[in-house]
Amino acid sequence: MMALPYITEYTGFAGTVYATEPTVQIGRLLMEELVNSIERVPKAQSASMWKNKEVQRLLPAPLKDAVEVSMWRKCYTMPEVNAALSKIQLVGYSQKIELFGAVQVTPLSSGYALGSSNWIIQSHYEKVSYVSGSSLLTTHPQPMDQASLKNSDVLILTGLTQIPTANPDGMVGEFCSNLAMTVRNGGNVLVPCYPSGVIYDLLECLYQYIDSAGLSNVPFYFISPVANSSLEFSQIFAEWLCHNKQTKVYLPEPPFPHAELIQTNKLKHYPSIHGDFSNDFKQPCVVFTGHPSLRFGDVVHFMELWGKSSLNTVIFTEPDFSYLDALAPYQPLAMKCVYCPIDTRLNFIQVSKLLKEVQPLHVVCPEQYTQPPPTQAHRTDLMIDCQPPPMSYRRAEVLTLPYKRRYEKIEIMPELADSLVPLEIKPGISLATVSAVLHTKDNKHVLQLPPKPPQPPASKKRKRVSDDVPECKPLKPLLSGSIPVDQFVQTLEKHGFSDVKVEDTAKGHIVLLQEAETLIQIEEDSTHIICDNDEPLRVKLRDLVLKFLQKF
Amino acid sequence: MALSKPWFVERSRRRFAMTRECGLLLLVPAPDGVRSGEHLRVIRQDRNPGSDPLFSGLFSAHTRSLDPSVELLQNNPCLTEFITSVLAMPEPNPSILSFTLRLAGILAASESRFQHLQQEKLLARLFGADGPLNSTLWEDASVRSGWVKGVHRMAQHQPALHFLCNGGGLDVVFSLQGDPSLFVASAASKLLVHMLTFSVESETTKPLTTMDCDWPACAQMIIKHIEDSLRSRSASHIEQSLKLLTSVFGSCRAMWTAVLWSGVAKQVESFLTEETVQVQHMLASLLLNVAWSPVFCDTEGSIWPLVTSALEHLTPVQAGPLAAGLLRFYKCPQDVRIQALTVLLQPMDCILRAASQPLEHAGLLDESVSDPTTLESLLCSKSSCVSLLCQTLARLEELLSLARSRVDLPHASLLRALMTLLQFCNGFLSPASPLGSTISRILINCFRVQRSALGVLAALSERKGCDALIESLFEVLLAYLESPNTSPTVLKKTFQATSRWLVHLQEPSCSNSQQQHTEKILKDVFLVLQKHLCSPCWEVRDSSLEFLAVLIDRLKDRDEFRQSLLSSAVPRLTENLLEDPESYVRASAVTAVGHLAFITHFAPESPVVGNQYNKENTVAKLQEILSTDTEGFPRRAVISVFTEWLTQGCTAQLEDTEQFVSRVIQTVEQDLDWEVRLRGLELVSIFCSQTISRLGRPECPYAPVPSKVTKSINPIELLQIFCRAKLFGFLFRSLCDCDRPVAQRACDILIILEGHFYPIRHLKESQMTANPAGGQGIAWLQRTLRQGSLAQNFPTDGDNGVDFQDAESMMLALGTIDFIEIHDEVNKSSAHVEESPQSLLQDILATVGTVEDNEVDCY
Repeated sequence: MMALPYITEYTGFAGTVYATEPTVQIGRLLMEELVNSIERVPKAQSASMWKNKEVQRLLPAPLKDAVEVSMWRKCYTMPEVNAALSKIQLVGYSQKIELFGAVQVTPLSSGYALGSSNWIIQSHYEKVSYVSGSSLLTTHPQPMDQASLKNSDVLILTGLTQIPTANPDGMVGEFCSNLAMTVRNGGNVLVPCYPSGVIYDLLECLYQYIDSAGLSNVPFYFISPVANSSLEFSQIFAEWLCHNKQTKVYLPEPPFPHAELIQTNKLKHYPSIHGDFSNDFKQPCVVFTGHPSLRFGDVVHFMELWGKSSLNTVIFTEPDFSYLDALAPYQPLAMKCVYCPIDTRLNFIQVSKLLKEVQPLHVVCPEQYTQPPPTQAHRTDLMIDCQPPPMSYRRAEVLTLPYKRRYEKIEIMPELADSLVPLEIKPGISLATVSAVLHTKDNKHVLQLPPKPPQPPASKKRKRVSDDVPECKPLKPLLSGSIPVDQFVQTLEKHGFSDVKVEDTAKGHIVLLQEAETLIQIEEDSTHIICDNDEPLRVKLRDLVLKFLQKF
Repeated sequence: MALSKPWFVERSRRRFAMTRECGLLLLVPAPDGVRSGEHLRVIRQDRNPGSDPLFSGLFSAHTRSLDPSVELLQNNPCLTEFITSVLAMPEPNPSILSFTLRLAGILAASESRFQHLQQEKLLARLFGADGPLNSTLWEDASVRSGWVKGVHRMAQHQPALHFLCNGGGLDVVFSLQGDPSLFVASAASKLLVHMLTFSVESETTKPLTTMDCDWPACAQMIIKHIEDSLRSRSASHIEQSLKLLTSVFGSCRAMWTAVLWSGVAKQVESFLTEETVQVQHMLASLLLNVAWSPVFCDTEGSIWPLVTSALEHLTPVQAGPLAAGLLRFYKCPQDVRIQALTVLLQPMDCILRAASQPLEHAGLLDESVSDPTTLESLLCSKSSCVSLLCQTLARLEELLSLARSRVDLPHASLLRALMTLLQFCNGFLSPASPLGSTISRILINCFRVQRSALGVLAALSERKGCDALIESLFEVLLAYLESPNTSPTVLKKTFQATSRWLVHLQEPSCSNSQQQHTEKILKDVFLVLQKHLCSPCWEVRDSSLEFLAVLIDRLKDRDEFRQSLLSSAVPRLTENLLEDPESYVRASAVTAVGHLAFITHFAPESPVVGNQYNKENTVAKLQEILSTDTEGFPRRAVISVFTEWLTQGCTAQLEDTEQFVSRVIQTVEQDLDWEVRLRGLELVSIFCSQTISRLGRPECPYAPVPSKVTKSINPIELLQIFCRAKLFGFLFRSLCDCDRPVAQRACDILIILEGHFYPIRHLKESQMTANPAGGQGIAWLQRTLRQGSLAQNFPTDGDNGVDFQDAESMMLALGTIDFIEIHDEVNKSSAHVEESPQSLLQDILATVGTVEDNEVDCY
C-alpha cells in the first residue's frame, strides 16, 4: 500500500485498484504520516553524486552495499497520494468482482490487520489463491477465512512472518515486562511504531496490564500526525473487526479499550511534540511514536532526549527494520534497547497446518521460504514443507503456473437447447449434435441458433456480400459404434457376396471380396471401402456397413 | 438437585465405614421392630433395585464380617429365601442378580455354609451350568462381574475348588479372561491367580520340585491351560497367559513358582524372537516380576540369560521399563546391570551422537545392546521420538532421585546429552548429521521433552563429576530463562534446575574455578529475574518469586549471593508484588519478602538503602495483608513467614516478641480460613516452647542435651506472659473450632502446656480437689468445651467468670480440664454419628416407599 503512488502516478498506470475500505483509510493515514514527517524537515538540496558507482563503493557500510540506488525515489507528495487513492474502487470481503469476464476476483479476510485481504482469482474451471500477510492469531481483525481457499489449483503464498523464531505471545510478554521494569526503575519507555496495526493490540494488552503492574499513574503518549484519526478510525470499522469486538459495538461500547484509556487520561495523543504535548509531558512515561526506522518523525527527538540515560529503554516492536541498523547513528547509546518484534503473520508451523487444511494442488512461494534462513541454516523447520514441493520464484521472475486451461464454459441459448435431440448411446449418456453460432464477447461464450437458411431469392437479384451470414450446410450424421466382423460377414453373404475372406491386422480387420476385387478395411476409428470405380457396389457396401453403426 | 439414586446411597458413598456391628444389625431384628431381613426385602423390591453397585458392594461388605458358621444361614432363612426368590424371577434385574451372585459367594466362603447352599442346590443354579451362564442375562457385564467376584469369594476352600473344576466353572473363568469388559477380564485373571495359588498351597502335602511335580488337580488344569495357550498361535491367548503369569510371579514368592517357571521359560524365551506373534510388549513386566522374586535371586539362576536376551531383543520402548526395574534391584548381577543401563542410556547416547561430528564426542556408551537402527528410526518419527525421550528421561530422573542408588551413571556425559537435548529443543544447536537434523526438527519447541530434560538436569545437580560443564550448563539455562519463547511451565522447571545448580555452585565441593563464575552467573540470573517479576503472565511472576525464595533460603549465608541480590532491583520489585492482583502471586511475594527479610532486615549488617519498606514497614505491610487480604493464600503465607521469623529468633529484633505474638493472634483468631488459624496455632506452639525453654522450669539435670533455660521464673509468672499474649483465649476457642485440625492442634498445645505446669498427674488431681469453688468458671468452660464445635458464641474474656488473661485462672484451667478426654473427642470424625452403620441401615429402611420423596440430596 505504501508504494501505491509510485505505481499509479509514475508508471502510466491506467487501471483500477481494488481495496477494502479500512485498507484505503488506514493506508491514507500511514502515507499521510510519512509525507508529513518527511515534509516537516525539507532538504535544501539533495545529493546524488554519491549514487555514482565509483563513489558509492568508497562509502562506508551500509551505503556501499546498497543496491540499485539509481532507482531510489523521492517520497511522494500528498496530491500524489490523493491521486493514487482516487483510483481505488472499494470492495468488501467475499464480494465477487468480474474482470472482463475472464476471471472473478474475490477478497477474503486474512486476519492480519483491519481490512487486510487474501484474494481468490478464479475462472469457471481454475482457481488461484493469493495469500498475502495473514494471521491465525486472535487479534482485533476478522479471523482469517481459510475455508474459501480450499480446492485451489494454485496457492501463491507470500507475506509470512519476518521473524519466524519470535512467538508473538512471548514477544508481547517481553514487551510488557521490559516496559514495566523500566518504568518501575524510574525510566522512560520509547516505542517506535507505525500509527496503526499492532499498536491497537499493544494498547489493549497494556490496558489489561497497567493496573495489575501498578502502572496506573504512568502516562502513555501516542504522538503522530494521524494519531487521533487512527484511534478513531479503528473504532468505526465494526464490520471488519473480530466477533468479540463486533459484539461490543451493539452494546454499545467502543470495540477497542483504548477509548477508555483516553477517557481516563491514561493514554494521551498528540499530532506532534510541539504544542499541547510540551505542556502535558511528564516523566517517567511511555511514548509511542514513529517512524520505526528512527530516521525521521518525532521518535528522533526522543532518541536524542533519552538516549544518554541507562534508566530509559527503547523497545522495537515493528519487524520491518533491523534494530541495530536503526540505532547505528545514535551510538554510543546508554539507554537500554529491547527487540521485541511482534509479527503476527503466519509462521511455518501454521503454514504447514494451513496447507494440510486447504490442500492446494500446487504451492507457489518466494524462494526464501523454500530454504532455512541464511543465519540459521540448521533450522529446517523454518521452511515450507509440503507435497508436491512448492514452486519458488525470485524477485521479478515471471512464472508459468503449473496448470493448463483446458475448458471454457459456454452458454446455450434456451431456443437452441430446445432444438436438440439427444440420443442415448449408453445408459446415462446421451449425445446430440449442435449446429449453432458461437458468439464471444468479453470472454463470455454463447451458442445461439443458427440463422435460418436464406429464402430463395424472389428475384434473380444477386446476393449481396453484406448479407453474408455463416452458411449452414446440412450436416452429415455422426456415426458411432463398432462393427462385429462375424455378423458383417454373414450380412455380406446374405446379400450375395460368397467369397468373403477376413484377415486380421494390427489395427482391425480386412474383409476381402475376391470376386468383386474389393477391400473393406475395418479399424477402430475408420472404415474404408476400396473398390475400383464401382460406385453402386461401394454405395451398397456402405449401406451394409452403416446398418451396424448408430447415427445421430 | 434431583438425583437418580436414593440420597442415602450418595450419602453412604461418602461416609460409610464398615463394621461388624453393621453386619449384625443387618440381620438381627432392629429394636424398633423391623423384622430380620427387611433390608434384603428392600433391595429386592426397590423400584430401582441395586442399581448402584456401590450400594450392593457396601451391603455385601457387611455380610462378609459375619459369623462363618452355618448357623448364620439357618438362623436367617431370609438369606437363602432371598437367593431362591431372585433365581425364581423370570427376568431378574442384572444388578440384583449380580448382587445375589456376590452375596452367595460371600456366604459360600465358609465351608459349612458352602455345604448348606449345595444341599439347597443353589450353587449350581448360581455358578453352574444351570445358572445365568446360559441365559441372555450373561450378556450383561455386571452379571459376569458378579459371577467372577462371587466365585472368587467362594474359592476359599477345597470343596469350592472341586466344585468349580468339576462343574466346568474353571473353563468359564478361562474364557472370561478375554472378556470385552476389562473389569471382568481383570477379575477373571485375578481369580485364576488366586485359585492357582490357593490350590497349590492348600492341596499339596510335600514341596514341589521340577523332578517330582505332582500338581493338585485345580492347579494342574490352570497350568495346562497356561501352557496350551502359550503354545497356541493366538496372540490374545498368549497375552492372557503372560498376563496371568505376570500376576502370579508378582504376587506369589513361594518355591513352587520356580517349578512353574521351569515349565514355561522356554516358551516365553521363544517369544523374544518370534515374529509372527507380537507379544514382546508383555514380556518386560513378566521378566521383571520373575527377576524380583526371591525364588530366582540366585545370581547363578537361569533367569539372567533370559533377561539379557530380552534386553537385546526387545525394542527400546519395550525394554525401557525392564531396564529401569532391573537397575532398582540390588541383587541384579553386574553385567546385567550394565546392560540395563546401556538400554536406558541408549536414546541419550543417540542424541549426543546425532548432534556432533563423528569422533568429536565419545557419546555416552561404548557399544549398544540392541540394533541402533531401530532406535534411530524411533527417534526419526515425531510421536515415538517424543514419547521415547520423555519415558527415558522420567526413568533417569527417578533413578537419580533414589537416595541409595547403586547405579553408576556417567554423570558428565549424561549432563552433556541433556544440554544437547535442551539445545535441540530451543533450536540453538546446529546438528552435524542428517539424524540430528531430523531430531532437531521434531524437538524444536517441544515443551514435554524440555520439561522432562530439565527435571533430570535438576536431579543431576546432586551428583559429582559435572563441574567441568557448569559454565556451558548455565549458558543453556540462561538461554531458557531469557527466551520469550519459553513457556511458563518450562520456565518453572528451568527455575527449579537453576536454583539446584546455583546451590551446587556454592558448595565447598565445587571447584574454585567454577565458583569464580558465580558472580557473573548470579548477575545474569538476577537480571533476567527482574524481567520475569514484571511479566504480564502471573504464572511467570509466581514461579519467579518461588525461585527467589528458594535461592534466598539456600544461599542467604553466601556473600556473593547477598551482594548480587541486593545490588539488583529484585528486592524492590519483589516488594511491589505484595500488591499484585493475583492472590497466588501475592502469597509467593509474601514468602519471598519473608525470606528476603533475613538478608535485608535481620542480618547483622542490613545494607539495604532505598527500598520501599524498612523493617517496620515490612512487618506492617505483612500484618495488613494478614488482616485485610480477601484471599486465603496470602494470609496463610504471612502467618507462615511470621512463624519462620519466630522460629529463627528474628522477631526480637522487631519489637517485643510478646506484643508481636499477641497482635498476630488477635488477627488470626478472627480469620475465616481454618488453615490460617491452624498456622496461627503453630506460631503459638513455637512461642510457648521458646518461652518455656527460656524461662521455664529447668529440665532434668541428667538430660542428654543441656537445657537452654537461662532464667527460671515462677510458673505463674510464666503463665502471665502467655496471658499477656492473649494466648489462652485463642487456644480455648480453637478447641471448639468447627474445623477439626484446628481443635486437634489447640488440644495438642494445651496438653503440652498441661504437661509443663503439671508434670506429675497427682499434682493435677490435687488441684482439681483443692479448688472446687474457684472452678465455677472453669466448670462452665468444661461444659462448653464438651460441646465442641457445637458450642455457640464462645464468650470473650471475662464472661461467665473465665478470665483467659488471668494467670491463676489459667493455671486452674490447665489443672482441671481433662484435655486427654477432649483430645479423644476431637479426634473422632466430626461426622462419626452420621457415618455409623446404624445410620445407613436406618436410612435404607426409612426409604421403603419413600424414595421419590428423598431424591433431593440433603447434603
